[in-house]
Amino acid sequence: MPEEILTPSFLHLLSPKWQSIRARATKKEEGSTGRAVFIAALAIVFWAFIFGVLFRLLRYFKGVPEIGPLLAGKLLGLLLVSFFGMLLLSNVIAALSTFFLAKDLDLLVAGPVDWLRLYFAKLTETCAYSSWMVILLAVPMFVAYGIAFDGGPMFVLVVIAAFVPFLLLPTVIGSAITLILVNAFPARRTRDILTVIGLLAAGGLVLLFRLMRPEQLARPEGFRSLIEFISLLKTPTSPWLPSEWVQTGLMSWLTRDPDFLPFYLLSSTSAAFLVLGALLHRQLYVKGFAKAQESSERWAREGRSANAFRRILGPLGIVRRELVLKEVRLFFRDTTQWSQLILLSVLIVVYVINIKLLPVRGQGVTFFVTNLIPFLNLVLAGFVLASIAARFIFPGISLEGRTMWLLRSSPLAMRELLWSKFWVGTIPLLVMALALVTVTGVLMHVTEFIMAVSILTITMMTFAIAGLAVGFGTMYPRFETENAAQIPTSFGGLLFMMASIVMIGAVIMLEARPVFGYLASRAFGAERNPIEMVIGFGLAGLLCCAATLIPIRIALKRLEALEA
Amino acid sequence: MIELTALTKRYGSFTAVDAIDLRVPKGELFGFLGPNGAGKTTTLRMIAGILRPTAGTVRIGGLDIAADPIAAKRILGFIPDRPFIYEKLTGIEFLRFVGGLYSQNCKDIEHRSRELLALFDLERWRDELVESYSHGMRQKLIISSALVHKPDVIVVDEPMVGLDPKAARILKDLFREYVRRGHTIMMSTHTLEVAETMCDRIGIIQNGKIRAIGTMDDLRAASAEGSAGLEEIFLRLTGENAAREFVDVLDA
Repeated sequence: MPEEILTPSFLHLLSPKWQSIRARATKKEEGSTGRAVFIAALAIVFWAFIFGVLFRLLRYFKGVPEIGPLLAGKLLGLLLVSFFGMLLLSNVIAALSTFFLAKDLDLLVAGPVDWLRLYFAKLTETCAYSSWMVILLAVPMFVAYGIAFDGGPMFVLVVIAAFVPFLLLPTVIGSAITLILVNAFPARRTRDILTVIGLLAAGGLVLLFRLMRPEQLARPEGFRSLIEFISLLKTPTSPWLPSEWVQTGLMSWLTRDPDFLPFYLLSSTSAAFLVLGALLHRQLYVKGFAKAQESSERWAREGRSANAFRRILGPLGIVRRELVLKEVRLFFRDTTQWSQLILLSVLIVVYVINIKLLPVRGQGVTFFVTNLIPFLNLVLAGFVLASIAARFIFPGISLEGRTMWLLRSSPLAMRELLWSKFWVGTIPLLVMALALVTVTGVLMHVTEFIMAVSILTITMMTFAIAGLAVGFGTMYPRFETENAAQIPTSFGGLLFMMASIVMIGAVIMLEARPVFGYLASRAFGAERNPIEMVIGFGLAGLLCCAATLIPIRIALKRLEALEA
Repeated sequence: MIELTALTKRYGSFTAVDAIDLRVPKGELFGFLGPNGAGKTTTLRMIAGILRPTAGTVRIGGLDIAADPIAAKRILGFIPDRPFIYEKLTGIEFLRFVGGLYSQNCKDIEHRSRELLALFDLERWRDELVESYSHGMRQKLIISSALVHKPDVIVVDEPMVGLDPKAARILKDLFREYVRRGHTIMMSTHTLEVAETMCDRIGIIQNGKIRAIGTMDDLRAASAEGSAGLEEIFLRLTGENAAREFVDVLDA
C-alpha cells in the first residue's frame, strides 16, 4: 500500500502572513505608540463621520411614508454596487501579486503543497488584501442601517450571512480573471495592463458621475410624476448582481418582511463559484505560474528626442543633468507612476467643469461675490496641487530606497539629490498650477487685480507645497514599498497633506484682508490701505518661503544622517 | 590608501565592528574574510560612506570620509553584495548615470561603458531594461559601474556571487591587472580559494574584531599550521570546526 504523502495544512500555509502581521503590530519603534493613537483617532473620526451622515439621512428616509424604505434600499444598492466594482478590481490586481508575483511562491510551489490548499490559502490572502478597506467602510454603514431601522442584535448575523459570500464572489471571479490573463500575457505585462485599465475605469467613473450633473437630481421639477418615481425605485437595477441580493436580503429583514431567497442565492452562487474557481486553478495555475516567471523582453533605445533633451539640460552640468534624465526616464517607464496621470487629468477636467458651472454671474450676483469666489478658488486649486504633489513629489526619496547604496557611496552631495527631486516635481506642477488658475480665472471673468493675486499666490504656494512634499517625503520615507502609488497613503503622506492644508489656509487668511480691502474700495469706494496690502502679501510670501526652505533643510539633514 | 583607525559600529548594545585598525597600502589587493555576521559588510559599507561609524575614522587616499566625503568618494568605487539597481533603466543608461554621478564627461563614459559591457558579455543587453537582467548580469553591470570612473580604490563585497565561470575568471584577471597598475582593492569573500590565489594580504575578522592579518605565510605562522591551506587556517583561527558535529546533526 503506498504511503500517504503529508502536505502542509491550509492554516500552516497562511501562518507566515499572520506571524508577520503580529510581528509588525508588536514591533516597538520610536514614536510608534503616538502614531498608532493618531491613526486610531483618525479612524474613529472617519467612522463617526460616515455613521453620522448616513444615520441622519436614513432617519429622514424612514420618516418619508411609502418611499422612505425604497429610497434607503436604493441607496444601499448603490453603495453595494460600488463596493462590488471596487472589490472586483482590487481582487484582480491583488491576485496577480498573491498568486503569481509574491516572493513566497518559489518556496510554496517547489514544496509538497496540495494544489487545492494552495488555492484556498492564496484566495484567503487575496480576499484579505482587497477587502479590508471595504470592510472598514461597510461597518459604519451597516451599523447606521441597523440602528436607523431597528434591526436588532440578529441583524449582525444577517449582515455576516450576506456580506461574507458578497466578499468571496469578487475574490473568486477576480482571481479567475487574473489566472486567465496571466496565461495570455506575461505577468509583468499583465500588471501594467491592469494598472492602466484600473485607473482608466476609476477616472471614467468619476468623469461620468460629474457629467451626469447629480446636483440636478435634487431639483423637484426633474421628476414628471411621483408614481413614475416610485415605480423606478421599485424596479431592481441589476437583478443578477450579488449587490442586489445583499440589498434585497438586508432590506427585507429591516422592513420586517424577511425574504430568504437572496441568502440562498448568495451562499449557493459563492459555493458554486468557489468550486469552479478551484477547477480552473487546477487546470491553468501551473502553466500560468511558469509563464509568470519569464520576464518580458523590454528594450529602450535612445532616439533623437533623448539626445535633444540631453542637450537642453546641458547647462545644468553633468550631475544635475543625469539626475533629471534618470527621474524622467524612471517616471515614464514605470506604469504604476505615469498611469496616475490619467486620474490626475480627470481630476483637473472635473475641477474645470465645476468652475465653469459655478453661478458667478447673473442676477443677484454682486461684484463682490464675482471676485471673492475666484480668490477662494485658490484654496481649492491649492488642495488639487497638494494631492498631485502627494502622488508625484512626496514618493521621490522613498523610491530611491534600494539604490541608496549607490547614491551614498558616490560623490553626490545629498542636496543635489534633493534639488533634482524638488525641481523635477516643481516645474511641471507650476506650469499646471498657472494653467489651472488662469483658465478658471478667465472662465469666471475675474478682474486684473484678482488674476494677478491668483497667479502670484499660486506660484508661491506651488513652491511651498513642493518643499513640504520633498521635506515630509524624506522625513517619513517608505523604502520598502515597491509600488509608488502606495507611498502617499502612508503616515508621512497624511502629515504632508495636513501641513499643506494648514499652509494654504494660512496664506489665504493672510491675503484675505488686503483683497477684501481692495474689493471694498472698488465696490463701495472705501479708502485703500497700501500698508495693509504690503503686510498681508509680505507675510504670505514669507510663510511660503519658510514652507519651501525649512522642510528641505530638515530633509537634507535627515538624508545626510541616513544609513542605507 | 585605505586607513581605518579604531573603527567601531554599534547597533544599540550590539557591537558589529569593534575598534578595527587597518591599513591597505596603494597597489595591494586585500582580502577580508570572516564567518557570517562577523562584521565584514558593515566595515565595507562604512568605508564606502554608506554607514556612519559610531567611533573611529576612515581615510581613503588620505581623505577623511566623514570630513570630506565628496572628495573621498570621488576616488572610490563600491560594489555591494546585494545588487539592486534602477529596474527601469537600460544597462547603458545605468552606466551613463553612474558616470554622471562622478562628473565624467559623456565621451569618456560612452567609450568606457562600451568596453566594460563588451568585457562582461553584456553588449547585446545594453539597451534592455535592467528588470529583465539575471542576478549574474546585474552583478556584472554593477562591477562595470564601479569601474566606469576609473577609481583609485575599489571596495567590493562578495564579488564572485552569481558570476558564471568565465565572468569570475575575467574579474580575477581584471582585479590583478588593476592592482598591478597601482590601484587598491579591498575585497570580502567567502571563497577561500579566491582569496588565497588572488590577495596580497588577508585579514580575518570575527565578532567585529580582526583575529589575524598578513600574507599567507604570516597567517600560517599565526595559526601554527605549517603548510596548511587557507581553509584550515581560517577554521582554526575562527574556531569554526565545520566537521565537528555534522554526523550528530545529520543523525538528529
